[in-house]
Amino acid sequence: MRLELGIIKTKDVQFGEETIIKDGTLYVNKNELIGLALQDGRLSEADVELARPGEEVRIIPIKDVIEPRVKVSGSGELFPGVIGKMGTVGSGRTNVLRGAALATVGRIIGFQEGFIDMTGPGAQYTPFSQTNNVVLILHPIDGLAPHAHEEAVRLAGLRAAAYLGKAGKDVAPDELEVYELSPVTNTILPRVAYVYTLLSEGLLHDTYLYGVDVKKLLPTLIHPNEVMDGAIVSGNCVSACDKHTTYHHLNNPLIKELYRRHGEDLNFIGVVTTNLNVTLADKERSTDYASKLVKLIRAKGAIVTEEGFGNPDTDLMMLCKKMEVYGIKTVLITDEFAGGDGGSQSLADAVPQADAVISVGNANEVITLPPMKHIIGDLKSAEVISGGFVGCVTAGGGLNIEIQSIMGSTCQLGFGKLTARGY
Amino acid sequence: MGLPVVHVATIVPISLTVGANRIVPAVAIPYPLGNPELPDNEERELRLNLVKKALRALQSEVEKQTVFD
Amino acid sequence: MADKKYRVVHYLNQFYAGIGGEAKANIPPLIKEGVVGPGVPLQQALGEEGEIIATVICGDSYFAENIETAAEKVVESVSSHAPDVFVAGPAFNAGRYGIACGAACSAVSKNLGIPVVTAMYEENPALELYRKEVYIIPTANSVRGMKDAIPNMAGFVRKLGLGQSIGLPDEEGYFPRGIRVNQFADRTGAERAVDMLLAKLKGEPFQTEYLMPTFEQIPPSPAIKDLTSATIALVTSGGIVPLGNPDRIEAASASKFVEYNIAKVDDLTAGAYQTCHGGYDPTYANEDPDRVLPLDAMRTLEKDGTIGRLHHLYYVTVGNATSVANAQKFGKEIAERLKEAGVGGVVLTST
Repeated sequence: MRLELGIIKTKDVQFGEETIIKDGTLYVNKNELIGLALQDGRLSEADVELARPGEEVRIIPIKDVIEPRVKVSGSGELFPGVIGKMGTVGSGRTNVLRGAALATVGRIIGFQEGFIDMTGPGAQYTPFSQTNNVVLILHPIDGLAPHAHEEAVRLAGLRAAAYLGKAGKDVAPDELEVYELSPVTNTILPRVAYVYTLLSEGLLHDTYLYGVDVKKLLPTLIHPNEVMDGAIVSGNCVSACDKHTTYHHLNNPLIKELYRRHGEDLNFIGVVTTNLNVTLADKERSTDYASKLVKLIRAKGAIVTEEGFGNPDTDLMMLCKKMEVYGIKTVLITDEFAGGDGGSQSLADAVPQADAVISVGNANEVITLPPMKHIIGDLKSAEVISGGFVGCVTAGGGLNIEIQSIMGSTCQLGFGKLTARGY
Repeated sequence: MGLPVVHVATIVPISLTVGANRIVPAVAIPYPLGNPELPDNEERELRLNLVKKALRALQSEVEKQTVFD
Repeated sequence: MADKKYRVVHYLNQFYAGIGGEAKANIPPLIKEGVVGPGVPLQQALGEEGEIIATVICGDSYFAENIETAAEKVVESVSSHAPDVFVAGPAFNAGRYGIACGAACSAVSKNLGIPVVTAMYEENPALELYRKEVYIIPTANSVRGMKDAIPNMAGFVRKLGLGQSIGLPDEEGYFPRGIRVNQFADRTGAERAVDMLLAKLKGEPFQTEYLMPTFEQIPPSPAIKDLTSATIALVTSGGIVPLGNPDRIEAASASKFVEYNIAKVDDLTAGAYQTCHGGYDPTYANEDPDRVLPLDAMRTLEKDGTIGRLHHLYYVTVGNATSVANAQKFGKEIAERLKEAGVGGVVLTST
């Protein structure tokens, strides 16, 4: 499977008469985008706003962030089985509007969901302060059931991202990235697998693999390239800090890093996706199965990424223990919930085999953020999102809030550089 | 002198890790004492039995952490 | 003109102060001007930059038996001397002395905001009690380690006295306090993960970024002897609250627990109750809150005499990202209220 990502560097985003890319600027036909979103009768209103890096803008509450991409050649379509035609993706050419992002915002569905500050002290905690964001604001029809509301917004976001991505179909990319797992002849290089856990705990806690709700799937093997064409789509929003947005899935940094070192320091064997379910039996079943798959593909080492926190800590520990018992060396990537003072235990579960852990930071850290000149969405919702509380919005519109509420602040794919150290 | 407590929770490993002494395994995270797939009366029966088990745990002397299956 | 010296107050027990051994262990706190006992080499190690202006002394037994009063008196003495740093010990493996050092440091730090440091052996029982609040420097297990303890303590006192920031435990030589502090690394988590795995696979040394946590284990409480006469209370971390969440318990990182009266309630219904917990799919709990807080079942068992009474109050918080420290605080308070109310046992449900 050979995938070429055609990187189109998107340095600005503006409204325009047509949705096109010209000289590195993405122009968006606002009405067309709104019309596209409203094709789903479950949505009553839609609006679009733009937010660029450095602007004094706060976007809240956000459901998902998606990178606009388009399949130029190769089988399948972007987000196969969800909005794209089914077909095995991950080969041919896919163009990417790098530096652009589509974010969905709107009346809150659940207690989760987060925010992005495009500038100020909060900006460094999210990758989306660096992207030119097309923000799609969506309102559901009255009385829409929560499940339908979530689905409508999710699909609208994916369709919007695909619509924007199409603008890049015939644009000559600035760079070409090639992803191919060439066979490794050096047998000294260790065989390494990536165990990709995906949250699947119900409403606003779900993930889809080729359109299938991951809670219904047994762990399985996929080729890393498939993830780059949107085989994995987010339907969840546990806490904004460690939810994998669809953007994160598309740009999985661990897959990128394993690719980078493939053939040099290691033999990247493949990816095992597994779920994070709500019963103990499911957790045992899935972690048994995933560990066995890793053993069957003869991996010597495996890196496990977590999504969410709390009960998924048990899946993380089960995977670690079961693989280590097989003689497979593991490294885990997790965030921490050590309390506002950093003095509490950071995880809900622990096994002695978990001796190699990467920490992506304490999500309970409270941060003070200045007011922003412009709010896209509803600032008051900060009081009810995870990491927020009554009174966290100050009189002037500033925020006194946990970094838990910032989109991607403690992403456990290892996207960012935040970590925690013990003092 | 403390009170006897029984922890009714689904993810028993966590309950054990954090130190609960009497543990009764529950059904699922979003409905520990329920099951939406069952007809109402069966679900209530399920809940009643789980609570009875929990009360039995409170009546049992334990020396160490004990899961009441 | 020379810079002003930073001022230090030192704490010692009756033995190291040269007052006496066990026989003098019950002397109450007193204060002497200048240095005493190990304060002499400590002052030498501080050189010209710092000055130990006074030494507070207390008998180990007195302190152990009157921790609060003794700590208060220490705070008073220290306060009147207005030092820049307070240093206690070294206590080595002496348990009561270690506790006195820890408690004295903790009280001075909390009440006067003065930087504090003490020193003891890793097995001193006081270490686990005070390591989080107070900098504690490792020492050998007996006075034979004094010649190493002194320069280590002096180095730390100096940093505190000069207002320098204290770095990582390994760098600075103190017992890790178990406090996690966020910072930005030079590489992404993904890059660090691959590096760590390669090192682990090669058998090369690596340092985990997070040591597995341990939790306090407490001895089980005795069982209920007669359930039919007992009052049982319901408590939940599943966030079941009256509709509208009137007391605004947070969806995550709960800052409180709330007590609600269910004396007149036989069954939790969708119209009257809901969940406010942000960490699980709320659909099922909102349809029937009994699925998380089994009130209907408990009423049934009350009515048929299985239990004496269902306590008329229930307690709720949200166990989603809520810190262990807060959970412990809530647990203690809830237990006190339940005990006072004569409750015999608790059914605690979690999601």
